[in-house]
Parts: sequence; structure tokens; C-alpha cells
Amino acid sequence: MAFLLKSAHVVDPQLGLDDIRDVLIEGKEIKAVEKGIECGEDMEVIDCSGKYLVPGLVDMHVHFRDPGFEYKETMETGARAATHGGFTDVATMPNTDPVIDTGTGVRYQIDRAHAANLCHVRPIGSLTRGQKGEALAEIGDMVMEGACAFSDDGHGVQSAGMMRTCMDYVSQFDRVAIAHCEDESLTVHGVINEGRASTRLGMFGWPALGEEMEIYRDIELCRLTGCPLHIAHISTAKGLELVKAAKAEGLPVTCEVTPHHLFLNEEDISSVYDTNLKMNPPLRLKSDMEALVEGVIDGSIDCVVTDHAPHAQHEKDCEWEIAFFGTIGLETSLPLMLNNLVRTGKMSWSRLVEVMAVRPREVLRLRPVRIEVSSRADLTLIDPASEVTVDADYFESLSKNSAFLGQTLVGVATDVFVDGRHTLKDGIVA
Amino acid sequence: MLSVKHLIDTYSLTADDITQILDTAASFEEVNNRAIKKVPALRGRTIVNLFLEPSTRTKSSFELAEKRLSADSLSMGGSTSSVVKGESLADTIQTIDAMNVDMFICRARLAGTPQKITENTDAIVINAGDGKHQHPTQAMLDLYTIRKNFGHLDDLKVAIVGDLAHSRVCGSLAPALKTMGADVTLVGPPTFQVDDPDWFGCPQTSSLDEVIEDMDVVYMLRVQLERMEGAAIPSRREYNRLYGLDMRRVKRMKDDAIICHPGPMNRGMEINADVADCARSRILDQVNAGVLTRMAEMYLLLGGENNGVSA
Repeated sequence: MAFLLKSAHVVDPQLGLDDIRDVLIEGKEIKAVEKGIECGEDMEVIDCSGKYLVPGLVDMHVHFRDPGFEYKETMETGARAATHGGFTDVATMPNTDPVIDTGTGVRYQIDRAHAANLCHVRPIGSLTRGQKGEALAEIGDMVMEGACAFSDDGHGVQSAGMMRTCMDYVSQFDRVAIAHCEDESLTVHGVINEGRASTRLGMFGWPALGEEMEIYRDIELCRLTGCPLHIAHISTAKGLELVKAAKAEGLPVTCEVTPHHLFLNEEDISSVYDTNLKMNPPLRLKSDMEALVEGVIDGSIDCVVTDHAPHAQHEKDCEWEIAFFGTIGLETSLPLMLNNLVRTGKMSWSRLVEVMAVRPREVLRLRPVRIEVSSRADLTLIDPASEVTVDADYFESLSKNSAFLGQTLVGVATDVFVDGRHTLKDGIVA
Repeated sequence: MLSVKHLIDTYSLTADDITQILDTAASFEEVNNRAIKKVPALRGRTIVNLFLEPSTRTKSSFELAEKRLSADSLSMGGSTSSVVKGESLADTIQTIDAMNVDMFICRARLAGTPQKITENTDAIVINAGDGKHQHPTQAMLDLYTIRKNFGHLDDLKVAIVGDLAHSRVCGSLAPALKTMGADVTLVGPPTFQVDDPDWFGCPQTSSLDEVIEDMDVVYMLRVQLERMEGAAIPSRREYNRLYGLDMRRVKRMKDDAIICHPGPMNRGMEINADVADCARSRILDQVNAGVLTRMAEMYLLLGGENNGVSA
């Protein structure tokens, strides 16, 4: 099957391309990128005028609860949500049951994802066995089965000595260690940012220092071990300063931010106690939020990720202190970025493509996707003028716990191609 | 009429709301001094006392207030509630709501529980204490006691002393006092101080001895041993020495200054036994005011002047 994408506004900062082109997809590859390609036989022509065509979007931090918590999300429903949100690739965190800490677990997830036949699923293996922070997981075995990175996301490795061992060991492979930075001796019972919010709502605080201390620790371990380090879901201005300083020194340190930390802050948590706003790390100060937006725009933050964290209704429809942490994000990430940053002129299209497609592939050591001849046809087509209303019916995800319910956003992916397969057609998942 | 439908926190109350509650409570003094302590104000109304956390004085105070207003009441909670059996709060509330009740009185371990209840019923909700968050009916009885003693609340200097961080009493009393024009100082060891005192607009200090002479009211908080979740003070003995109200400190207080405590007391820890029983102590007045102010709150929220029956 061949697809001819006519008159798309192609944006690919890797090629310095930001112009109208026709793009021909044949088989799994891009066959031609030109101005004015003749329509041949056996070609499905898609009119892309007014739309943007970019390298397929990558969300390098999602939780698909498979195996173990399939009532929240399976590989298939997660892949459907990713496709609906415009993604061609996702990297799944290993905090399933059992934890993905062996090659067998990695193979299971890849096989399940193949069966779903939508997006590429790139499993992230755990750093320590069972994510217990006590002994090394079978990292080499997981690399050989296709793990793209390693992380104890959800807790973080509490012992500095253990984290050093993990990073020493990972440094022999061409992979990053992804750090969930949380010193649990400081965060203890925290369920909300420490300060005004914890006082106002009468709950235990999760102090910014609990995150920043571990960012500092892991940057120093990166210096010591040489293992590339990626800081997960950065949420404070101070944490970002630490990452900037490490980068300025030339250390192999990168970081990511979520849309909820970019566009929400603790002031959004009202006395209604909306548990969809309960996150780990928690929503921080308005000033933190503004610093993170600045960081995404100026390049000091490498990637935008969702930390897509599906939870069943009964796990969220309860009192704040016992509600589960997290929000789903795959289907709102691109619309939020378009609506809040691109439409407002704060961020260019090419910068958007860098944080949502180019840099995540680099961090995960995936083969680059470029809009040029012979590149793999993993592509996302975006309608910048289309409006979406975020309600429960909008989601393909099995869970509906979105922090952005009720919002109306402008700009959404309409079509996705994965290995030349048309996985999202005019907003409908194949 | 109050400006709020429910009594969830004290931030939402205006000075006029608080004055109405205190004035109405004063009008019930006479009822409580009769031999027959009962008025028909809430006859036929159904009130559910949902106590999901242990409570003796608050629960008995509400139950007496309900009886004196002639309401029909049902008490649930503790080991008898289905919450213990794993039922969600929403299911519990919807189940009770289906029996057509008029009001929930709720005590809970988790902050925000009363708010969640309002989302699952049309009945009126009174917060009888939610986690570390708020305890507005305690604040009203405290204000009643203090106002009755001094005749006013504005310009009084009040120190709230002790386990501030774990205290819903502080969380509701400090804003209510501020609303009424009092001057509040928070006093406690740094490990017990609130994360953001600016939210209350109150200074916070760790030295009781530096402020005690200026105060009209010294309000001793109970050390919430059950809510500490980790050792924040080295010992009861040291706490008593640094922050406990003993006679040595009482003697330095202003001549007409008073002492309050929400109870139950840890005698010998935050307050010494002879202090608790001394002439300055208004602790039993507070208990008495609890019934009056709770009668007033239920009366004002569940009908007030519009319920067709006068008190």
C-alpha cells in the first residue's frame, strides 16, 4: 500500500525543513519528499493542506499496567491511547506485576505490543530486581531482548550506593539510567506539595527538596560512573537549575517534563480535592511551572513526556490521601502543547518536534526518523485548527483519570503512520 | 441565614456568619438551663452522625445537641460501619442518602472527606473534624467561650500552642479568630510548626516564654500522639519543660488572661494538672459551649428562620 500525502507543511528540524511538501510512503519507508508528486495507481491520496507532517511523536514515559493491572490499561488499550494521541512510539515503565526485571518480561511486552499492531512499544527495564533497590536486575538480558532504557520509576533507588552500582553496570551498554528522584526519608507520607498547599488543605507535604537532593546525587553519580543519566518528570525550578549546570559542564545528563507540570500548579488544587490532580511528583508552585515552560522553550529540557498513569475509577473516586497518584496523558499531551505553547507563539513547530520526537529517540538510542527518502515511515499528521473537548468519551485509554477533563483544546493529531501502516485515520484508531 | 450551605471549613465563613452562630448559641443557653432541655426546632429532621474516626466528646456533644433540638438521629461509624468492610465513601454516602436523611455530621481520618460527602448527597454536611485539615465546630465553641469571657473577640491576643502541624483545631481556629479581628500567634517546636504560616497570616515562633505575657488567651493544643507518624519531639518530659503550661508560666500571664484546651488533655505533657483545674481554665466552659454552638449550627443550616418552627 502506498500513501501520497499532498501539500503537507513538513517540519523536521533534523533536516532544517519547514515547508510545504508532498510525501510518498511505500511499504515501510518514505519513498519521496518533493514539491508536487504525481498521483500514480495504487496510491491512497491524503489531502494534507493546512496540516503539519512531523516525524512520529515519541512518549518516553508511560505506564501500561500490563502485566498485572490489566483493569487499568493493557498493552492494547495503551497502544490505542498512544495512537489516538498522535504517537508512533512509547516507552513503558517497568512497575508492573511482576516488575519487568528480566528479558522474559521485556519479550512479553514487545510480543503483546506486536499483537496490538499499532505503535512501537519500547520497554524500559528496572534497574533493581523487583524495583526493591537491593540487587541488580538482569540488565544485560533485558538489553538483548530489546529494553531501551532502565529505571526504578515509581520509587527511585533510595540507597546512593545501590544507585552507584546500577549506573556503573548500565554504563557498559549504550543505554541511559532514568532516575525517578525522590528521597523517601523526606517525602514520607507526602501527598501534596509542601508549603501553602499542604497547609491550606491539611495534608502531609512532599517537599521540593525531596526531589532536588536526589537530582543532585544522581548527577554526581553520573560524573563518577560515566553512565548517561536522564532525570524523569522534573517538577521544580531548582531541579532544572541543577540539570542546566550539569549540561554546562558537559555531563551526559538529560531531562523530561510532563504537560501537567507545565500547565498546572498547586493553586489548581481547590478545596474540592479533585484527586485527578494528585501526582508524584506533586503539582508545584506557579513559579516552578513558569520555569519549566521556559526550560522547554529554551532547550534545557530535552523531552516532553506524559507519565501516563491510568487508574480505575474506584482508585481515584475517593478521599485524596488514599487516592492513587497520577493522571493519564497520552491523548492530551499534543493538544496541550499546541494549544498552550505553539498557538500562543511561545514555541516554534520545530522546537515542538524536537521535544516530542527527535530528542526522545536520541535519549532512548532509537534509530532516528527523518522526513527524507529511505527513512522509516513513522509519521504524525497534525491539524492545528481542529478542536477537541476533553471528556470521558474522548479517551481510548481504559482509564479516564485525566487532570485536564473539561478543557477544550485546539490542535490535534489526525493521522499516524507506523512502519507505513495507517494506524490513525482522520482521528479514528485503526 | 448563613452564607454557606454546609459547614466544611472556617475560611468560607464571614464575620456575619460567625456572629450569627455565636448569637444563636447564646439564645440556646436558656434552653440548656431548663429542667426540660428540649425545643421542637428540628422535629422530624433526620441527622446521621457518621464518625469514621474515634471520638467521644465531639460525638456526644452532637448527639445531645440533636436531642435538644428534637431531631431524629442515627449514629454510625467505627467498627459498625461498612467503610471498615472496604466499602467506598461514595457508596456509603449514597446508601445512607437513599434513606432520605437531612444532614450528615462527619468525623474522618482523611482530609477532604466532608467535601466528598457533599458530592454524593443533597443533604447538608457538617464537618466534625477531617484529618489534619479542619474542625470548624470546635472553632465555633472556642470563639463562643472566648467571646463570653471577654465580651468581644476583636483585638484579643491569642496564642495557639503546641502540635500545630498535626492540628485541625489550629487549622480552623486561627482563620476564624483572624476573621473576627483577633491577633493570633502560633507557638510550637519547629518540628510541629505549620508548613506555611503566611497562609494563616499569623506569626509563628518556637518560644512560648517570649510571648506568654502578652496574651489574653493561651490555647494549648493536644499533642496528637496518634497523628505524629514519626518522632518529632524527643520525649514527653522535654516537651513539658519547653512547651507545657505549668504554674510557673501561668503566673506570668496577664491578670485576666484565660486558658483553653480542646481536649482530651495529656495531663503532664502539654498542660499540667493543677493548671487544667485552675481559675483561669475555661476548659469545661468550652465543653458546655460545644452543645450550644452545635445546636446553633444545625439550627441555622437545617432551616433556621425558614424551617417553619421557631426555637
